[in-house]
Amino acid sequence: MTVRDAITRLDLEALSLPDGDREIRGGYCGDLLSWVMTRLQSDEAWVTIMNNVNVIAVASLSDAACVILTENAEVEEAVIDRARERGVNLLRSDQSSFEICAQLGELTHA
Amino acid sequence: MADVLRLHFTVDGEDFTSAGEASAQVKKKLRQMGYDPELIRRVSIAMYEGEINMVIHAGGGEADICIYPDKIEILLSDKGPGIADIALAMRAGYSTAPETVRNLGFGAGMGLPNMKRYSDFMNVESVVGEGTKVTMIINT
Ligand SMILES: Nc1ncnc2c1ncn2[C@@H]1O[C@H](COP(=O)(O)OP(=O)(O)OP(=O)(O)O)[C@@H](O)[C@H]1O
Ligand SMILES: [Mg+2]
Repeated sequence: MTVRDAITRLDLEALSLPDGDREIRGGYCGDLLSWVMTRLQSDEAWVTIMNNVNVIAVASLSDAACVILTENAEVEEAVIDRARERGVNLLRSDQSSFEICAQLGELTHA
Repeated sequence: MADVLRLHFTVDGEDFTSAGEASAQVKKKLRQMGYDPELIRRVSIAMYEGEINMVIHAGGGEADICIYPDKIEILLSDKGPGIADIALAMRAGYSTAPETVRNLGFGAGMGLPNMKRYSDFMNVESVVGEGTKVTMIINT
């Protein structure tokens, strides 16, 4: 499933989409940045409620396929700009992290 | 020594939003040089954790990266408060990060363990009241 497919299937809002054709191979859910850097693998979707600019650095350096911000987390323009600058796909949902992960699990294991 | 590439960065201790800039530059350079993505990921995360630690715990510092034909060496040095008990600091879950920084998602106490995990060699030298030097080597 590509990031673009995920946007359609999960009804996500694309805040930054520099590489919509990127393939999603699994995911990781977490809000503690160092935990994410331990566990998130390349090409995975990162599901989080964290909305500050450091999220973009972590996603970029960890080589995440995309970041999915849940619970309709508020995002400052500077964060979106940074995502575009670093080539990070930044998406948003009004659902909870659990709900997004449950659906992602089905879609990526299908 | 013509085949050693050296990069130097001053890591600003004030500006939290630009933290990670040096790591991002190194990542970009390694990409241009055609390194394997998984290796780039290890170097990037190890360096970012160290860079962030200098910002959060030491008020900034200096980062020196040497790219050798067979390895990448990362040297991070700061003039912060130093670490009294390095073995304790290395323990997963140990953190003295303040509340403000925890609210941003830092402070899990996983940074130093991550640095060790993603590097092939790591050494921490620290003198309380003088500063901290971290060396990491990643074989390429
Ligand atoms: N450069 C440094 N100068 C002074 N103290 C440091 C430095 N780096 C780490 N420490 C000390 O070691 C502790 C553990 O560091 P570590 O990176 O593992 O966790 P953290 O930074 O607190 O949280 P996390 O990295 O998970 O966001 C820190 O809380 C701090 O007390
Ligand atoms: Mg840390």
